[in-house]
Amino acid sequence: MTQLSTSTGERPIEPREEPGGKIDSAGHGAAAGTPAPFACWSCRGPVAVGEAFCATCKAVQPPGQLDHFVRLGLTRGFALDTAEIDRHYFQLQRQLHPDRFAMRGPRERALSQQQATSLNAAYETLKDPLARAGYLLRLSGIEVNAEGCNTLTDPVLLSEAMELREALADATDVASVDVIARRAQVDIDDCLTELAPAFRAGDLDRAGRLTTRLRYLTKLAEEARFHRLRRARTI
Amino acid sequence: MLLQIHEPGETPVPHEADASLAVGIDLGTTNSVVAIARDGRAEVLRDEAGAALVPSIVAYLDDGEVEVGEVARRRLVDRPDAVVSSIKRLMGRGIADVTALGGVLPFEIEDGAGMVRLRLGGRRLTPVEISADILRALKARAERALGREVGRAVITVPAYFDDAARVATRDAALLAGLEVLRLVNEPTAAALAYGLDRSVEGLYAVYDLGGGTFDISLLRLEKGVFQVLATGGDSALGGDDFDHAVAAHFLAERTAELGAAERPTSSEVKLALQTARLAKECLSSQAEGSWWLDLGERRTRHRLDVAALERLMQPFVQRTIELVAGVLDDARVSPAEVKGVVLVGGSTRVPLVRREVEKLFGRAPLADINPDEVVALGAALQAEALTSGSDTLLLDVTPLSLGIETMGGIVEKVIDRNTPIPVAKAQEFTTYQDGQTGMIIHAVQGERETVDRCRSLARFDLRGIPPMTAGAARVRVTFAVDADGLLTVTAREATTGVEQRIEVKPSYGLTEDEMADMLRAGMENAREDMERRLLIEARVEARRVLLALKAAVDADGVLLAAADATAIGRQMDSIETLLSGRDRHAINDAVEALDRLSHPFAQARMDRAIHSALAGRRVDEIDAATRG
Ligand SMILES: Nc1ncnc2c1ncn2[C@@H]1O[C@H](COP(=O)(O)OP(=O)(O)OP(=O)(O)O)[C@@H](O)[C@H]1O
Ligand SMILES: [Mg+2]
Repeated sequence: MTQLSTSTGERPIEPREEPGGKIDSAGHGAAAGTPAPFACWSCRGPVAVGEAFCATCKAVQPPGQLDHFVRLGLTRGFALDTAEIDRHYFQLQRQLHPDRFAMRGPRERALSQQQATSLNAAYETLKDPLARAGYLLRLSGIEVNAEGCNTLTDPVLLSEAMELREALADATDVASVDVIARRAQVDIDDCLTELAPAFRAGDLDRAGRLTTRLRYLTKLAEEARFHRLRRARTI
Repeated sequence: MLLQIHEPGETPVPHEADASLAVGIDLGTTNSVVAIARDGRAEVLRDEAGAALVPSIVAYLDDGEVEVGEVARRRLVDRPDAVVSSIKRLMGRGIADVTALGGVLPFEIEDGAGMVRLRLGGRRLTPVEISADILRALKARAERALGREVGRAVITVPAYFDDAARVATRDAALLAGLEVLRLVNEPTAAALAYGLDRSVEGLYAVYDLGGGTFDISLLRLEKGVFQVLATGGDSALGGDDFDHAVAAHFLAERTAELGAAERPTSSEVKLALQTARLAKECLSSQAEGSWWLDLGERRTRHRLDVAALERLMQPFVQRTIELVAGVLDDARVSPAEVKGVVLVGGSTRVPLVRREVEKLFGRAPLADINPDEVVALGAALQAEALTSGSDTLLLDVTPLSLGIETMGGIVEKVIDRNTPIPVAKAQEFTTYQDGQTGMIIHAVQGERETVDRCRSLARFDLRGIPPMTAGAARVRVTFAVDADGLLTVTAREATTGVEQRIEVKPSYGLTEDEMADMLRAGMENAREDMERRLLIEARVEARRVLLALKAAVDADGVLLAAADATAIGRQMDSIETLLSGRDRHAINDAVEALDRLSHPFAQARMDRAIHSALAGRRVDEIDAATRG
């Protein structure tokens, strides 16, 4: 039988890129006053949007749709300190992780599982600078193509990418792979330092270009690492 | 005050009557261990003779009697056909996996689809049932040692266990009458045992080489947080492989000496493996020795020294070192950054293993907690943390990538390995043909790009997609992995909302029916247990409702009409009384009645909150809010 196919033996479905996460603006800086509270599932009293626990009866609430920055209690922006992300993440997981609810009823256990899942999604996105940049752009309605340099349209970026890729293909020993890897790392660091001011200034064009560049450089560094491992093994 | 309100996230101590003890269990390939923790201190539970390890060996005798542990091992000599060991290697496996293990196996396997079945002393048994027998023996040992009923456990599994093996472990516990509080990865449990009583911080590696499995985990320890950064391993690599290599060596010598013999029978292999293991263990502390192979008519004598043994073991040890390097690389960590390496598992007593690990990390590994017991101690600590509350936090990851089969047998990854759990990820797929109304969802686990190189987890049919042109349907497939590392797959067609939800039943797992039959057959008191669980659940729920309502009254009592207050108070009192009884239906009904009584109060609280939120807003906003 063919893969991911129909029950009638037809050909399978095609993967489709997941569209940017839907983000509900309620709960963070909504223009029109306080959003209406929702009812706590446990004591049925009001709970403010974005609260993980009911203020009255302390029951854990569903995670709702918060943006990742709000969820982790961080200010939206590119410049984030890794240690601070960790601190916020650990502190929230301490309260919400399913291990804390092992003796509770099934409803609370399920909700804590959902909360912890949402925290992990936020953490995974914000911890990684490339994912964070892509996410910030998506929050502003810009999709950065994930397909790396095949889809590069900027001629400068394109030629840089091709040049590096060729160099990597030609590299025959570990030392020359290392040279390319180091160069990619320097460029990655440059991208990272330039991204923060670009986002701060709201220059989304520039941020988008830098993110695209960061994406293929990261991919290249990844390939260099892979090559290196293989070369090192065969010696 | 009778009722106490807990801070968010704090796990309340269950009422004395509901509490059966919770233990930690290391269900090992070679040895199993049960431990308990009290007040943050864990101890292993021993038998009358003081032994901590229960050999994971089961004998199925003709009179229907089942023996576990050392007694079962002794049966090997006269009844090898009735004795089974290393059953963990077959957990969650199909017949194809077993034949892939190669060589003559010390198992007699029945042909058939799905989960493998073994022939033992005239019975047909699945690995799940055999593991359940080991767990029953551990439960009994704990109950004897503690003088109380033990009903719940944290059970450890190799970090590298796939979904099918995890489900099989959970099912085995269920059959043994144990509620699984959590499946915890063995290296993570070991880190917990190491990290709790000392304030270690920084990066630590746990190298766990047991009888049947190898795990390597890299963790970051920080103020009570145990964050797994990356994990790797091989669920069929361990001391057993050393034994097989030595046994093959001995058997080859024997053939050379006695002339070409028949292929050894599975019983002969079992005995040769015992001798090989003895030789291997001796050579951890002595330079050489000789051993007798006493099979059939003839005895043969076999000499072995450390150098020869190390030549036999070297390829396996080398493989573990490569896996360690891979995990460090995954986490972008160099060996020098690792502050300590913890050795776990009996096979880390092999000097060659210690030398190679030390060479890689450039530092002597830590082995000050007994490597056979450390996993069970960590599991016990986690069992206590889950039942009595704790400040520590275990953050684990998925060991293997999870994906879905697409065109041409290509795997589309949905969740990458080393993603923190719990996790849920969705991906959208579309139809390929006009009018297509069904779609097969095939979930696989593994790192390879093609389906045949990955492990098939489950397959199901999503039907009832309305006929549309190709590419118009939008099917959203969600993979969710819970804190036990167990996968659930959901598929949903967006335009109609046709949803199918299946908890992945692994291809090599037991069906619901098989499970139900075994539960019925194996536990005469299954029904009673179920009743008791339902009663406990009813009490937990009733207490939650009482606490929530009490908190609401304390906060918003002004909104409660006097007449309602009296009725609600009376109903709460009567629930209190029912809680000390055993009638769960009465409890549930009373809770429902209380729910109805307090409805107007809840309504009043919501109305007030909504009004104050809306106050000061423009009319069109209020309209929009009421519409939405
Ligand atoms: N002194 C020793 N020298 C060499 N090997 C030993 C020694 N002591 C025990 N072993 C080996 O350790 C293995 C058992 O270790 P352990 O009890 O940690 O495994 P396990 O927990 O049962 O297995 P797993 O964790 O893989 O499921 C066996 O292969 C045994 O031969
Ligand atoms: Mg073990």
